[in-house]
Amino acid sequence: MAVVDRAWHGYKGELTPERWRFLVLPRFAWGDLFRSRILTAYYGLCCLVPLVFAVLIYLRYNLGALAFLGIQAENLERSLPIDGRFFALFLAVQTGMGFVFSAFIGPALVAPDLAHNALPLYFGRPFSRSEYVIGKFSSLAILLSAITWVPGLLLFGLQSFMAGAGWGIANLRFAGAMLAGGLLWVLVTSLLALAISAWIRWRPVATALLFGISAVGAGIGAAVWGIFRTSWGFLLSPGMLLRIVGADLFGVPLPERLPVWAAWMGLLGFATISLILLSRRVRATEVVR
Amino acid sequence: MNEALQPATASSAASGSLEPAIEVRGLEVRLGGRPVLRGIDAALTGRTIGLLGPNGAGKTTLLHTILGFHKPAAGTIRVLGHEVTAEPKEVRALIGYMPEGDSFIAGMSGVRFVRYMAELSGLPPEAALERAHEAMFYVGLGEARYRPIASYSLGMRQLVKLAQAIVHGPQLLLLDEPTNGLDPPARRRMIKLIRDIGRQGEVRIILSSHLLRDVEECCEDVMVLKEGRLALSCNLAEERRTNRRFLDLETSGENARFAEAAAKLGCETAVLGRRVKLVLPEGVEVRDLYKVAASAETEIRRLSYRRDTLEDIFLKAMEAPNGGS
Repeated sequence: MAVVDRAWHGYKGELTPERWRFLVLPRFAWGDLFRSRILTAYYGLCCLVPLVFAVLIYLRYNLGALAFLGIQAENLERSLPIDGRFFALFLAVQTGMGFVFSAFIGPALVAPDLAHNALPLYFGRPFSRSEYVIGKFSSLAILLSAITWVPGLLLFGLQSFMAGAGWGIANLRFAGAMLAGGLLWVLVTSLLALAISAWIRWRPVATALLFGISAVGAGIGAAVWGIFRTSWGFLLSPGMLLRIVGADLFGVPLPERLPVWAAWMGLLGFATISLILLSRRVRATEVVR
Repeated sequence: MNEALQPATASSAASGSLEPAIEVRGLEVRLGGRPVLRGIDAALTGRTIGLLGPNGAGKTTLLHTILGFHKPAAGTIRVLGHEVTAEPKEVRALIGYMPEGDSFIAGMSGVRFVRYMAELSGLPPEAALERAHEAMFYVGLGEARYRPIASYSLGMRQLVKLAQAIVHGPQLLLLDEPTNGLDPPARRRMIKLIRDIGRQGEVRIILSSHLLRDVEECCEDVMVLKEGRLALSCNLAEERRTNRRFLDLETSGENARFAEAAAKLGCETAVLGRRVKLVLPEGVEVRDLYKVAASAETEIRRLSYRRDTLEDIFLKAMEAPNGGS
């Protein structure tokens, strides 16, 4: 390395493909994120839950192991059948844990760049605003995917393998539900976290707000239900909307009477509003009117 | 001796053959409905170009428009032959930008920050890391490169901003107030670095500043903005050459009679004690002044051509009505 050479020279080497350059953002973000031992440990815990579910599937088909543990196969089948509810439960547990994770790392994604006026540094390069948003979105979405729908599909594959090919084909709906429900949750949660991060510069407040949107929305929904006997108030609760859509996808009983199409529209509304908020904030310069 | 440390030999004549770094035609930019740049036409061909103007003249807006941050309401900008609005990414790939004010990524060490910026410009990770180290050493932050940027002094932060602007080897460097807030030693260091980079010949530089001294020390060409209009665009050396008939004389004897006689030759004169300042008109040579001085029984003890300083050039541009030069 020519560290003693005081002359400065241009760069004439090869360049990385433009279309994948947004992945630089998650790579550096993860490097910073996993320096925190608490977050690393928590994420490790999130990764352990799929293993627990995998063990349950394995035990369901391993009578020797069940006998060794003193569990009767019929009891296990009765108390935890491997059907739509099993995969819906897995997704609910993982999205719950993932939400806590995103509430802590989401606010650290965009807010520091705004606080330290770093956006002109990004956009002064061959790097667009949409690539920036996609890069930041990927930083969170890839991590959340890795603990939700990706292990969910692996569990589906394991169950199909253990139960025989016929089960997998007969219950392909669960795989589709896992993929669609997981992706939808990752999309809405990541965009909400980014939008809040772009508008609230103080990290603890941003984290509280993300929790607050979930809690306050559900609270308003419950209040509207209590007063007017209508479920439309739950349109303000992204958590409830995701539950409704997830239940419909997995074919389990719906938690509320809000129409499924309305839940889809509500979630798309949350995603759209988040994108609009991001686009208004993620700019190289701010014009004072 | 290292090429970068050799004295400057770049001449304005050489820069005359360069393609324009920036070509602006009828540029108008409005921000929040308010016109900020109004009908600018210029072709900046120099190797190092100073962008001057009082606060609010539109310097930073012009740089931001070059970078594609603002869309022109009218007119076009071409950067090294590329149209900014049609090819924004191609243009920005050619540019290294050092913004005004504090600008960094929190929680990163200096070298990691510069490497990050290099990778965003398209350098592969290994090359980015190597050049990040080189850039940090080049700007004089080699020893501090593993320290968090948040712990850097203001001068060090300015230097790390310069490092991120040059790390990917741009062809055009846009420096917005690079000496802002620096103490004299840090300022000298920054100016020396800018001059060194300019001398390499690989990079064209546009230096925006309201500090005339910075521009005077670094730049061959200058563009002066006033209230969003182009007040002056010139080559500094040529501009000074056109003012070489401005003379400063030190005399002994009868100054008033000498000044009167010189005025009869058509000179503009001003007597300040033993000093006489005058502007020679066309056709009048210095030897004519000696003859007049002899007849007026005045002895010319010292005669010097007074070169216009950048301050003179700037003030003239500011005094011109409606900017235009």
